[in-house]
Amino acid sequence: MTEIFIRAVFQENLALTFFLGICTFLAVSKRVETAFGLGLAMIVVQSVTVPINNLIFQGLLIDGAWAWAGLPEVDLSFLKLISFIGVIAAIVQILEMTLDRFAPALHRNLGVFLPLITVNCAILGGSLFMVERRYTFPESLAYGVGSGVGWALAIVAFAAIRERLRYADLPEGLRGLGAAFIVTGLMSMGFSAFVGVALP
Amino acid sequence: MKRSSLKQLTSPLIDNNPITLQILGICSALAVTTKLDTALTMSLALIAVLTTASSAISLIRRHLPSSIRLVIQITIIASLVIVADQVLRAFAFEISQRLSVFVGLIVTNCIVLGRAETFAMRNPVWPSFLDGLGNGLGYGLILMVIATIRELFGSGSLFGVNVLPLVSEGGWFQPLGFMLLAPSAFILIGVLIWIIRTRRPAQVEEDEYPILTRQSEGRP
Repeated sequence: MTEIFIRAVFQENLALTFFLGICTFLAVSKRVETAFGLGLAMIVVQSVTVPINNLIFQGLLIDGAWAWAGLPEVDLSFLKLISFIGVIAAIVQILEMTLDRFAPALHRNLGVFLPLITVNCAILGGSLFMVERRYTFPESLAYGVGSGVGWALAIVAFAAIRERLRYADLPEGLRGLGAAFIVTGLMSMGFSAFVGVALP
Repeated sequence: MKRSSLKQLTSPLIDNNPITLQILGICSALAVTTKLDTALTMSLALIAVLTTASSAISLIRRHLPSSIRLVIQITIIASLVIVADQVLRAFAFEISQRLSVFVGLIVTNCIVLGRAETFAMRNPVWPSFLDGLGNGLGYGLILMVIATIRELFGSGSLFGVNVLPLVSEGGWFQPLGFMLLAPSAFILIGVLIWIIRTRRPAQVEEDEYPILTRQSEGRP
């Protein structure tokens, strides 16, 4: 459990080793505050959707899930894409309404980012990796929280570097996007140093 | 083909490239570029999904209520991706295993949704088809360039055929392990953007805090 969590945060960081959610990562990282808000929203959504998708996949879609109904050879796992994206969109919507009702202050801060997250590949990617690696329910919970935390960590650190980079005197063609890519590359090298770190 | 439609097809290749200028669809672009064959398969899958999705969405654009258009667009895209995924599994099982989750991630690839939302919702079917094809080709072009560099220098081969004789087999080429790791893809794309923007200065971004010199302040 802890191992899955640590691995998801550092060694298999969704943004820096699997390139997931990079579009949002590059677009919403000009300021640390907004990056922090998005990171927080990401943690919340990821730790809710991965376990729920796990339950849905294990209970309804996996090969032989309908054996109790007398349909042992039904395999609906090809429907996982469409059902996962539906679940993610629905959960984001529910989360937005709940926050609006019970925590309006938090909603004001996170509200803008929630719709963005529906089409963030890191969320769908997390659920798909959960299927590919055959995680059980508790494992998927650890993986969901861990991958969310890892993504948030990466974007906050990246935004901090980018804030400083604005004052740098870069070659013209490298300004903005080009430099952002190269900085992400260097950060990704830094994170690859965690490979092989083992917990006692 | 008329000149305007030709322009629609070719402008996303370099001038308005989805990856290097519009920052769309990078998510799935980088992870599949360690080998040319996976990059080619991924590009073909994306081109197929993007052109059909753009045409289909453009076809029904007048009947879509704007409040639920996103849900419908995503559903159309997801169904097309499932078809592409199943076709790959049936005819190229080994490559589809190596692409792992990335074919599925075409669903959330921002190119598809981005083009649907900004172009296909406002234009007739034929231009949308061309726009989809052009953007798909622009994406494929970048993927192929990056994959060529990474495979050639990372393992000394192209499409799995050995080009540079390796040291381990008595040749002279020592493969650069770095090219096979994730950071190299980011850095290569950064350098590629730098090259494109040096050739096409119109794409250069504004400097937010320009360094003041005597000339720019207007002093002698």
